[in-house]
Amino acid sequence: MTTATLTAPAHSEPTKTASRRKRFNPLVGLVILIVVGFSLGPVLYAILGGFRTNAQLAADPAGLPDPWVWDNYARVLADGRFWTYGLNSLAIALLTTALVVVCGLMAAYPLSRYRFRGREALYMVFVLGLLFPATVAVIPLFIIISRDLSMSNTWFGVALPQAAFALPMTIVILRPFLQQIPAEIEEAASIDGAGRITVFWRMMLPLSGPGLVTVGVLAFVNSWNAYLLPLLLLQGDMRTLPLGVADYSTQYSSDTAGVFAFTSLSMVPAMIFFLAMQRRIVGGLSGAVKG
Amino acid sequence: MMTSPTTVESTGAGVAAAGRSEQRPASPARTRRPRDWRMALEVIGFTAPALVLFFMFIVWPMIRAVEFSFFRWKGFGPLVDFVGLKNYVSVLTNDVFIGALLNNLFVVVMSIVIQLPVGIAVALLLNRKMRFQGILRMIVFVPYVLAEVIAGVVWFQLLQPQYGVIDSILGMVGIQGPEQGFLGDPKYAMWTVMVVLTWKYLGLAIILFLAGLQGVPAELDEAAQIDGATWWQTQRYVTLPLLGPTLRTWGFLSMVGSLQLFDMVWILTKGGPANSTMTMATFLINEGTRRSNYGIAGAASVILFVVALALALVYQRFILRRDNPDYADKAARR
Repeated sequence: MTTATLTAPAHSEPTKTASRRKRFNPLVGLVILIVVGFSLGPVLYAILGGFRTNAQLAADPAGLPDPWVWDNYARVLADGRFWTYGLNSLAIALLTTALVVVCGLMAAYPLSRYRFRGREALYMVFVLGLLFPATVAVIPLFIIISRDLSMSNTWFGVALPQAAFALPMTIVILRPFLQQIPAEIEEAASIDGAGRITVFWRMMLPLSGPGLVTVGVLAFVNSWNAYLLPLLLLQGDMRTLPLGVADYSTQYSSDTAGVFAFTSLSMVPAMIFFLAMQRRIVGGLSGAVKG
Repeated sequence: MMTSPTTVESTGAGVAAAGRSEQRPASPARTRRPRDWRMALEVIGFTAPALVLFFMFIVWPMIRAVEFSFFRWKGFGPLVDFVGLKNYVSVLTNDVFIGALLNNLFVVVMSIVIQLPVGIAVALLLNRKMRFQGILRMIVFVPYVLAEVIAGVVWFQLLQPQYGVIDSILGMVGIQGPEQGFLGDPKYAMWTVMVVLTWKYLGLAIILFLAGLQGVPAELDEAAQIDGATWWQTQRYVTLPLLGPTLRTWGFLSMVGSLQLFDMVWILTKGGPANSTMTMATFLINEGTRRSNYGIAGAASVILFVVALALALVYQRFILRRDNPDYADKAARR
């Protein structure tokens, strides 16, 4: 479904090009200019701000770097904390993604391809999970993880609950995906003597690849950007990049240029990854909302 | 329906038995199942990790939240000080919480009032064939890609009184910002947060609407144009109605997100000044972590959940109902 939506425009392109490429409309151009300026302006300002000095920023807040100063960025890159926080973010996001993909696919498999009584009821249990806003449970979650499980300030302490909250969406996306795989494939395999578990490993896993990428990217994005749960659970050197950015900006509030440099560099890995995966994120979101 | 003794029913959790209760020589497709107990084991085995995660980190904390809400508890020692519904009364009669609830509803409504028309307009424009189309779409998506915290920190700097670039740009056209800055003045703070949220989430609306527009067959547009419809008529009578399901589901996502609003507010204002930007989430985090009023936080959690559930059900009942939830129907319409 997701892939179909995404590849569709490619087919209709020739006809559209013919009928739609008309005279340049200045109104359209103006609207686009405003939208682009509004979207990109603050981000560009932050990146450019990192190349200025605090004196430049104070003297002329709306100006360009003159001269360009590399010192702010160099300082952040030489600062071990940036790399430590980045590593924590990466580790937690990867752990979350792995947990979600493995557990989600395993659960979605019988829910989509087995016939058993209570299947829909079991599916509903997971769907109901969509209705629980993570914020609602966060205070008890904090107490459970830090006291009952003694897992505060660990990667797993954050990754496990994040994976749990990503599960409902994952299963809702993966189930129709697995249901679309033709039954003949399973039948052929079982005639060849393969059990269901073999079918799972040899057929379902490779065939569900695109769906797994979508749910994986969504889980990764959400984990990488997460703030509330890490805020409650992680301290000191275990903090993630968003926490680091927030702390840096309060700690060095007078060093605006430094804050811009730190913030801009924190955007970089996410930007590269997410823009490369843009279609997957959109596909996942629109696929998810379509049921 | 009678259940035959061969069916395994005691394996629990509703995952046990096979769909067909009688062991009879069925059609070849059905006999693929080896033995029922074996399948039950497989079902349990496959779903166990997900179920464990789900119950441990979603259901269990929710139960604890309800439990906390009936006690006065500061986080030390056992839960002994049972106060009944007192926490609920004190949350619901608390002006700060009521203000927070109204702020959440403000965000729900304003998101739709601002982002829906603007999002549709921009999506329709970007859906026209033009140069740099792909790059334009990416640019629009940039704010959404950023973590809310990172976006918040950037905007916090831009909005600083006097030294911030926003005040400086407004100064150039002769507008004087409030003395405390837009985030420091209770009159403007919530609106300012709303502007930042619009910046952050407008791109998501545009991208989702664009994805929806790609599902509208180009032939329909062309047929309308051949019949002499103007560009605007084509959009109004052909494209927009077909975009309906996407708009309604976006509305749902936006609503659920607005009710949980936390990160951006926490970074920009921490709920201040004078609680003017407090949301239900910042309220309960404030009570739970800074003041250790776990009972109050629990009650606020439950109320937030009930509000979210109620709005979700109302939305489902009156708006999403128009989209036939039946899979088969949906597939047939595509």
